[in-house]
Amino acid sequence: MSDLDKFLKKIENNVKIEPKDWMPDGYRKHLQGQMSQHAHSEVIGMQPEGNWISRAPSLRAKVILLAKIQDEAGHGQYLYSAAETLGKSRDEYINELQTRKAKYSSIFNYPTLTWADMGAVGWLVDGAAIVNQVSLQKTSYGPYSRAMVRICKEESFHQRQGYEIISHMALGTPEQKEMAQDALNRTWWPSIMMFGPHDADSARSGDAMKWGIKVESNDELRQRFIDKTVQQAELIGLTIPDPDLKWNEERGSYDFGEINWDEFWAVVNGDGPCNDQRIDHHIKAHEEGRWVREAANAYAQKNN
Amino acid sequence: MDNQGDVWEVFIQSKPGLAHKHVGNIHAMGKEMALQNARDMYTRRQEGTCIWVVKMEDVTSSVPEEDGSFFEPANDKIYRQATHYVMPEGSKNI
Repeated sequence: MSDLDKFLKKIENNVKIEPKDWMPDGYRKHLQGQMSQHAHSEVIGMQPEGNWISRAPSLRAKVILLAKIQDEAGHGQYLYSAAETLGKSRDEYINELQTRKAKYSSIFNYPTLTWADMGAVGWLVDGAAIVNQVSLQKTSYGPYSRAMVRICKEESFHQRQGYEIISHMALGTPEQKEMAQDALNRTWWPSIMMFGPHDADSARSGDAMKWGIKVESNDELRQRFIDKTVQQAELIGLTIPDPDLKWNEERGSYDFGEINWDEFWAVVNGDGPCNDQRIDHHIKAHEEGRWVREAANAYAQKNN
Repeated sequence: MDNQGDVWEVFIQSKPGLAHKHVGNIHAMGKEMALQNARDMYTRRQEGTCIWVVKMEDVTSSVPEEDGSFFEPANDKIYRQATHYVMPEGSKNI
Protein backbone atom coordinates (compact mmCIF):
# COMPACT_ATOMS: atom_id res chain seq x y z
CA MET A 1 0.00 0.00 0.00
CA SER A 2 1.35 3.44 -0.89
CA ASP A 3 1.77 6.15 1.75
CA LEU A 4 -1.20 8.01 0.29
CA ASP A 5 -3.40 4.92 0.41
CA LYS A 6 -2.43 4.27 4.02
CA PHE A 7 -3.22 7.89 4.84
CA LEU A 8 -6.62 7.80 3.12
CA LYS A 9 -7.43 4.50 4.80
CA LYS A 10 -6.85 6.10 8.20
CA ILE A 11 -9.13 9.01 7.29
CA GLU A 12 -11.79 6.58 6.14
CA ASN A 13 -11.57 4.58 9.39
CA ASN A 14 -11.55 7.70 11.59
CA VAL A 15 -8.02 7.01 12.80
CA LYS A 16 -6.39 10.32 13.72
CA ILE A 17 -3.31 11.49 11.85
CA GLU A 18 -0.41 12.25 14.20
CA PRO A 19 2.55 14.61 13.69
CA LYS A 20 5.09 11.95 12.72
CA ASP A 21 2.74 10.15 10.30
CA TRP A 22 3.14 10.60 6.58
CA MET A 23 0.69 13.15 5.19
CA PRO A 24 0.17 14.78 1.78
CA ASP A 25 1.75 18.22 1.35
CA GLY A 26 -1.63 19.73 0.66
CA TYR A 27 -3.00 18.35 3.92
CA ARG A 28 -0.09 19.82 5.90
CA LYS A 29 -0.39 23.20 4.17
CA HIS A 30 -4.14 23.35 4.61
CA LEU A 31 -3.80 22.60 8.33
CA GLN A 32 -0.99 25.13 8.77
CA GLY A 33 -3.27 27.77 7.25
CA GLN A 34 -6.44 26.82 9.09
CA MET A 35 -4.87 26.19 12.49
CA SER A 36 -2.75 29.33 12.46
CA GLN A 37 -5.79 31.35 11.35
CA HIS A 38 -7.60 29.87 14.31
CA ALA A 39 -4.73 30.63 16.73
CA HIS A 40 -4.33 34.19 15.45
CA SER A 41 -8.09 34.71 15.85
CA GLU A 42 -7.92 33.77 19.53
CA VAL A 43 -5.03 36.13 20.14
CA ILE A 44 -6.32 39.10 18.09
CA GLY A 45 -9.75 38.45 19.61
CA MET A 46 -8.38 39.62 22.97
CA GLN A 47 -8.14 43.19 21.69
CA PRO A 48 -11.79 44.15 21.18
CA GLU A 49 -12.52 42.79 24.67
CA GLY A 50 -9.42 44.24 26.27
CA ASN A 51 -10.87 47.59 25.22
CA TRP A 52 -13.42 47.27 28.04
CA ILE A 53 -11.40 45.91 30.98
CA SER A 54 -10.76 49.30 32.54
CA ARG A 55 -14.37 50.38 31.99
CA ALA A 56 -16.25 47.25 33.11
CA PRO A 57 -19.36 48.36 35.04
CA SER A 58 -18.63 46.34 38.20
CA LEU A 59 -15.83 44.44 39.87
CA ARG A 60 -17.65 41.17 39.11
CA ALA A 61 -17.89 42.09 35.42
CA LYS A 62 -14.22 43.03 35.41
CA VAL A 63 -12.85 39.81 36.90
CA ILE A 64 -15.05 37.77 34.56
CA LEU A 65 -13.84 39.70 31.53
CA LEU A 66 -10.23 39.27 32.63
CA ALA A 67 -10.72 35.52 33.07
CA LYS A 68 -12.34 35.24 29.66
CA ILE A 69 -9.53 37.13 27.94
CA GLN A 70 -6.97 34.97 29.74
CA ASP A 71 -8.79 31.92 28.35
CA GLU A 72 -8.51 33.36 24.82
CA ALA A 73 -4.75 33.69 25.33
CA GLY A 74 -4.70 30.07 26.48
CA HIS A 75 -6.71 28.96 23.46
CA GLY A 76 -4.27 30.73 21.17
CA GLN A 77 -1.41 28.90 22.89
CA TYR A 78 -3.07 25.47 22.54
CA LEU A 79 -3.56 26.13 18.86
CA TYR A 80 -0.04 27.45 18.21
CA SER A 81 1.33 24.38 19.99
CA ALA A 82 -0.78 22.11 17.81
CA ALA A 83 0.17 24.05 14.66
CA GLU A 84 3.87 23.81 15.53
CA THR A 85 3.68 20.02 15.25
CA LEU A 86 3.30 20.58 11.49
CA GLY A 87 6.92 21.65 11.24
CA LYS A 88 6.67 25.43 11.41
CA SER A 89 7.87 27.43 14.42
CA ARG A 90 5.80 29.80 16.49
CA ASP A 91 8.06 32.65 15.38
CA GLU A 92 7.22 31.91 11.76
CA TYR A 93 3.48 31.84 12.42
CA ILE A 94 3.63 35.11 14.35
CA ASN A 95 5.74 36.70 11.64
CA GLU A 96 3.13 35.72 9.04
CA LEU A 97 0.43 37.38 11.13
CA GLN A 98 2.40 40.57 11.57
CA THR A 99 3.29 40.78 7.87
CA ARG A 100 -0.37 40.08 7.00
CA LYS A 101 0.40 36.89 5.09
CA ALA A 102 -1.80 35.01 7.55
CA LYS A 103 -5.43 35.81 8.25
CA TYR A 104 -7.56 35.79 11.37
CA SER A 105 -11.31 35.84 11.74
CA SER A 106 -12.67 39.02 10.17
CA ILE A 107 -15.09 39.56 13.08
CA PHE A 108 -12.26 40.99 15.18
CA ASN A 109 -11.79 43.85 12.74
CA TYR A 110 -14.99 45.46 14.02
CA PRO A 111 -14.86 47.88 16.97
CA THR A 112 -16.53 47.28 20.35
CA LEU A 113 -18.33 50.58 20.92
CA THR A 114 -20.38 49.99 24.07
CA TRP A 115 -20.51 47.61 27.04
CA ALA A 116 -23.39 45.82 25.31
CA ASP A 117 -20.83 44.71 22.71
CA MET A 118 -19.16 42.59 25.41
CA GLY A 119 -22.51 40.82 25.66
CA ALA A 120 -22.96 40.48 21.91
CA VAL A 121 -19.40 39.24 21.39
CA GLY A 122 -19.69 36.54 24.04
CA TRP A 123 -23.17 35.48 23.00
CA LEU A 124 -22.77 35.58 19.22
CA VAL A 125 -19.08 35.49 18.36
CA ASP A 126 -18.21 32.85 20.95
CA GLY A 127 -21.51 31.16 20.17
CA ALA A 128 -20.59 30.88 16.50
CA ALA A 129 -17.08 29.77 17.42
CA ILE A 130 -18.48 27.00 19.64
CA VAL A 131 -20.62 25.59 16.83
CA ASN A 132 -17.54 25.46 14.63
CA GLN A 133 -15.25 24.10 17.34
CA VAL A 134 -17.61 21.37 18.51
CA SER A 135 -17.61 20.12 14.93
CA LEU A 136 -13.82 20.39 14.71
CA GLN A 137 -13.36 18.08 17.69
CA LYS A 138 -13.83 15.36 15.08
CA THR A 139 -11.15 16.72 12.76
CA SER A 140 -8.71 14.14 11.41
CA TYR A 141 -5.50 15.74 12.77
CA GLY A 142 -4.87 14.49 16.31
CA PRO A 143 -3.24 17.58 17.87
CA TYR A 144 -5.92 19.87 16.39
CA SER A 145 -8.70 17.62 17.63
CA ARG A 146 -7.23 17.51 21.16
CA ALA A 147 -6.90 21.30 21.22
CA MET A 148 -10.55 21.60 20.20
CA VAL A 149 -11.71 19.26 22.97
CA ARG A 150 -9.87 21.35 25.52
CA ILE A 151 -11.15 24.63 24.11
CA CYS A 152 -14.78 23.48 23.93
CA LYS A 153 -14.69 22.61 27.64
CA GLU A 154 -13.84 26.22 28.44
CA GLU A 155 -15.82 28.04 25.80
CA SER A 156 -19.36 27.60 27.08
CA PHE A 157 -18.54 29.88 30.03
CA HIS A 158 -17.73 32.55 27.45
CA GLN A 159 -21.03 32.30 25.65
CA ARG A 160 -23.09 32.17 28.83
CA GLN A 161 -21.41 35.22 30.37
CA GLY A 162 -22.07 37.12 27.12
CA TYR A 163 -25.72 36.17 27.07
CA GLU A 164 -26.00 37.15 30.73
CA ILE A 165 -24.65 40.64 29.96
CA ILE A 166 -26.91 41.22 26.97
CA SER A 167 -30.00 39.82 28.67
CA HIS A 168 -29.47 42.08 31.69
CA MET A 169 -29.32 45.05 29.35
CA ALA A 170 -32.20 43.92 27.16
CA LEU A 171 -34.38 43.56 30.24
CA GLY A 172 -33.10 46.79 31.82
CA THR A 173 -33.95 50.45 31.20
CA PRO A 174 -35.12 51.58 27.72
CA GLU A 175 -31.65 53.07 27.10
CA GLN A 176 -29.96 49.80 28.05
CA LYS A 177 -32.31 47.84 25.83
CA GLU A 178 -31.57 50.17 22.95
CA MET A 179 -27.85 49.64 23.50
CA ALA A 180 -28.35 45.85 23.51
CA GLN A 181 -30.37 46.00 20.28
CA ASP A 182 -27.75 48.22 18.67
CA ALA A 183 -25.00 45.75 19.61
CA LEU A 184 -27.02 42.90 18.11
CA ASN A 185 -27.65 44.94 14.95
CA ARG A 186 -23.94 45.51 14.45
CA THR A 187 -22.73 42.04 15.45
CA TRP A 188 -25.30 39.74 13.84
CA TRP A 189 -24.16 39.77 10.22
CA PRO A 190 -20.42 39.67 10.91
CA SER A 191 -21.11 36.70 13.24
CA ILE A 192 -22.84 34.64 10.61
CA MET A 193 -20.08 35.56 8.16
CA MET A 194 -17.64 33.86 10.56
CA PHE A 195 -18.58 30.51 9.03
CA GLY A 196 -17.01 31.63 5.76
CA PRO A 197 -18.28 31.69 2.17
CA HIS A 198 -21.16 29.54 0.96
CA ASP A 199 -20.10 25.98 0.21
CA ALA A 200 -20.45 26.56 -3.53
CA ASP A 201 -17.98 29.49 -3.35
CA SER A 202 -15.49 27.98 -0.94
CA ALA A 203 -12.59 26.94 -3.13
CA ARG A 204 -10.59 24.93 -0.62
CA SER A 205 -13.47 23.29 1.23
CA GLY A 206 -13.47 20.23 -1.03
CA ASP A 207 -10.03 18.99 0.02
CA ALA A 208 -10.66 19.89 3.65
CA MET A 209 -13.79 17.70 3.66
CA LYS A 210 -12.14 14.86 1.74
CA TRP A 211 -9.25 14.79 4.23
CA GLY A 212 -11.51 15.00 7.24
CA ILE A 213 -10.06 18.35 8.35
CA LYS A 214 -13.56 19.74 8.25
CA VAL A 215 -16.38 17.34 8.93
CA GLU A 216 -19.28 19.70 8.28
CA SER A 217 -19.63 22.43 5.68
CA ASN A 218 -19.74 26.21 6.24
CA ASP A 219 -23.44 26.36 5.37
CA GLU A 220 -24.41 23.48 7.65
CA LEU A 221 -22.64 25.07 10.61
CA ARG A 222 -24.05 28.53 9.88
CA GLN A 223 -27.58 27.12 9.75
CA ARG A 224 -27.10 25.31 13.07
CA PHE A 225 -25.92 28.53 14.73
CA ILE A 226 -28.87 30.55 13.41
CA ASP A 227 -31.38 27.89 14.44
CA LYS A 228 -29.98 27.87 17.98
CA THR A 229 -29.77 31.61 18.38
CA VAL A 230 -33.13 32.96 17.22
CA GLN A 231 -35.00 31.72 20.28
CA GLN A 232 -32.38 33.24 22.59
CA ALA A 233 -32.92 36.66 20.98
CA GLU A 234 -36.71 36.37 21.13
CA LEU A 235 -36.65 35.37 24.79
CA ILE A 236 -35.04 38.64 25.83
CA GLY A 237 -37.11 40.78 23.45
CA LEU A 238 -34.41 41.58 20.89
CA THR A 239 -34.94 41.52 17.14
CA ILE A 240 -32.46 39.90 14.80
CA PRO A 241 -31.73 42.47 12.09
CA ASP A 242 -32.82 40.34 9.14
CA PRO A 243 -36.27 41.00 7.61
CA ASP A 244 -36.06 37.73 5.66
CA LEU A 245 -35.53 35.57 8.74
CA LYS A 246 -38.42 33.15 9.09
CA TRP A 247 -39.11 29.61 10.21
CA ASN A 248 -39.32 27.12 7.38
CA GLU A 249 -41.56 24.29 8.55
CA GLU A 250 -40.56 22.00 5.72
CA ARG A 251 -36.81 22.28 6.34
CA GLY A 252 -37.18 22.48 10.11
CA SER A 253 -34.80 25.45 9.99
CA TYR A 254 -34.82 29.21 9.63
CA ASP A 255 -34.56 30.81 6.20
CA PHE A 256 -32.44 33.93 6.27
CA GLY A 257 -31.49 36.87 4.10
CA GLU A 258 -28.58 37.28 1.70
CA ILE A 259 -25.21 37.91 3.34
CA ASN A 260 -23.25 40.94 2.13
CA TRP A 261 -20.23 39.13 0.74
CA ASP A 262 -18.68 42.33 -0.63
CA GLU A 263 -18.35 43.51 2.95
CA PHE A 264 -16.97 40.13 4.03
CA TRP A 265 -14.24 40.09 1.39
CA ALA A 266 -13.37 43.74 1.95
CA VAL A 267 -12.78 43.07 5.66
CA VAL A 268 -10.88 39.82 5.00
CA ASN A 269 -8.65 41.67 2.57
CA GLY A 270 -7.76 44.41 5.03
CA ASP A 271 -10.42 47.08 4.63
CA GLY A 272 -12.41 46.56 7.82
CA PRO A 273 -12.78 49.30 10.41
CA CYS A 274 -9.96 48.05 12.66
CA ASN A 275 -7.58 45.88 10.58
CA ASP A 276 -4.62 48.26 10.88
CA GLN A 277 -5.25 48.93 14.55
CA ARG A 278 -5.29 45.21 15.40
CA ILE A 279 -2.02 44.37 13.65
CA ASP A 280 -0.25 47.54 14.79
CA HIS A 281 -1.20 46.77 18.38
CA HIS A 282 0.01 43.18 18.08
CA ILE A 283 3.38 44.34 16.73
CA LYS A 284 3.68 46.99 19.45
CA ALA A 285 2.94 44.49 22.24
CA HIS A 286 5.36 42.00 20.70
CA GLU A 287 8.14 44.61 20.43
CA GLU A 288 7.56 45.93 23.92
CA GLY A 289 7.85 42.41 25.30
CA ARG A 290 11.12 41.70 23.55
CA TRP A 291 13.32 42.73 26.50
CA VAL A 292 11.37 40.36 28.75
CA ARG A 293 12.03 37.42 26.43
CA GLU A 294 15.69 38.38 26.14
CA ALA A 295 16.09 38.72 29.90
CA ALA A 296 14.31 35.40 30.51
CA ASN A 297 16.56 33.69 27.96
CA ALA A 298 19.70 35.14 29.52
CA TYR A 299 18.55 34.08 32.98
CA ALA A 300 17.72 30.55 31.80
CA GLN A 301 21.11 30.20 30.11
CA LYS A 302 22.95 31.41 33.18
CA ASN A 303 21.17 28.83 35.32
CA ASN A 304 21.67 25.86 33.01
CA MET B 1 15.06 36.16 14.81
CA ASP B 2 13.20 36.47 18.06
CA ASN B 3 12.49 33.28 19.92
CA GLN B 4 9.85 31.92 22.20
CA GLY B 5 11.94 29.69 24.42
CA ASP B 6 12.14 25.90 24.49
CA VAL B 7 9.14 23.64 24.15
CA TRP B 8 8.30 21.73 27.35
CA GLU B 9 5.91 18.78 27.47
CA VAL B 10 3.43 18.98 30.33
CA PHE B 11 2.14 16.11 32.49
CA ILE B 12 -0.59 16.63 35.07
CA GLN B 13 -1.81 14.52 37.94
CA SER B 14 -5.48 15.35 38.28
CA LYS B 15 -5.96 13.80 41.75
CA PRO B 16 -3.66 12.28 44.38
CA GLY B 17 -3.21 8.59 43.59
CA LEU B 18 -3.56 8.90 39.82
CA ALA B 19 -0.77 8.77 37.24
CA HIS B 20 0.53 11.94 35.61
CA LYS B 21 -1.00 12.28 32.17
CA HIS B 22 0.35 14.16 29.15
CA VAL B 23 -1.81 17.20 28.39
CA GLY B 24 0.17 19.20 25.83
CA ASN B 25 3.12 21.54 25.80
CA ILE B 26 4.15 25.12 26.46
CA HIS B 27 7.03 27.43 25.63
CA ALA B 28 9.28 28.66 28.42
CA MET B 29 12.81 29.77 29.24
CA GLY B 30 13.96 27.50 32.06
CA LYS B 31 12.32 25.05 34.45
CA GLU B 32 10.67 27.49 36.81
CA MET B 33 8.98 29.42 34.04
CA ALA B 34 7.94 26.15 32.43
CA LEU B 35 6.14 25.11 35.61
CA GLN B 36 4.46 28.48 36.00
CA ASN B 37 3.38 28.61 32.34
CA ALA B 38 2.08 25.05 32.55
CA ARG B 39 0.05 26.01 35.62
CA ASP B 40 -1.40 29.08 33.89
CA MET B 41 -2.10 27.17 30.70
CA TYR B 42 -3.46 23.85 31.88
CA THR B 43 -4.83 24.26 35.40
CA ARG B 44 -6.91 27.44 35.33
CA ARG B 45 -9.88 25.43 36.62
CA GLN B 46 -8.28 23.27 39.29
CA GLU B 47 -7.48 20.46 36.87
CA GLY B 48 -4.45 19.24 38.80
CA THR B 49 -2.66 18.47 42.04
CA CYS B 50 0.84 18.11 40.57
CA ILE B 51 2.62 19.10 37.34
CA TRP B 52 5.72 17.67 35.64
CA VAL B 53 7.47 19.49 32.82
CA VAL B 54 10.02 17.83 30.54
CA LYS B 55 11.97 19.51 27.74
CA MET B 56 10.64 18.20 24.45
CA GLU B 57 14.16 17.49 23.16
CA ASP B 58 14.66 15.09 26.10
CA VAL B 59 11.70 12.93 25.07
CA THR B 60 12.44 9.93 22.86
CA SER B 61 9.57 8.52 20.82
CA SER B 62 9.14 5.30 18.90
CA VAL B 63 8.49 5.79 15.19
CA PRO B 64 4.88 5.25 14.15
CA GLU B 65 5.83 3.77 10.74
CA GLU B 66 7.75 1.07 12.55
CA ASP B 67 4.85 0.27 14.83
CA GLY B 68 4.50 -3.23 13.44
CA SER B 69 8.03 -4.47 14.02
CA PHE B 70 8.58 -2.46 17.21
CA PHE B 71 5.63 -3.99 19.02
CA GLU B 72 5.97 -7.37 17.31
CA PRO B 73 7.41 -9.24 20.36
CA ALA B 74 4.03 -8.88 22.10
CA ASN B 75 2.02 -10.23 19.17
CA ASP B 76 2.44 -13.99 19.66
CA LYS B 77 2.27 -14.14 23.44
CA ILE B 78 -1.42 -14.45 24.04
CA TYR B 79 -0.61 -16.55 27.13
CA ARG B 80 0.08 -13.20 28.81
CA GLN B 81 -3.67 -12.54 28.86
CA ALA B 82 -5.81 -13.93 31.66
CA THR B 83 -8.46 -14.93 29.12
CA HIS B 84 -6.01 -17.43 27.58
CA TYR B 85 -6.59 -19.95 30.39
CA VAL B 86 -9.47 -22.39 30.54
CA MET B 87 -10.80 -22.87 34.05
CA PRO B 88 -12.43 -26.14 35.13
CA GLU B 89 -16.18 -25.97 34.82
CA GLY B 90 -17.84 -24.92 38.05
CA SER B 91 -14.84 -23.04 39.45
CA LYS B 92 -15.79 -19.77 41.12
CA ASN B 93 -14.14 -16.50 42.12
CA ILE B 94 -11.18 -16.90 39.73
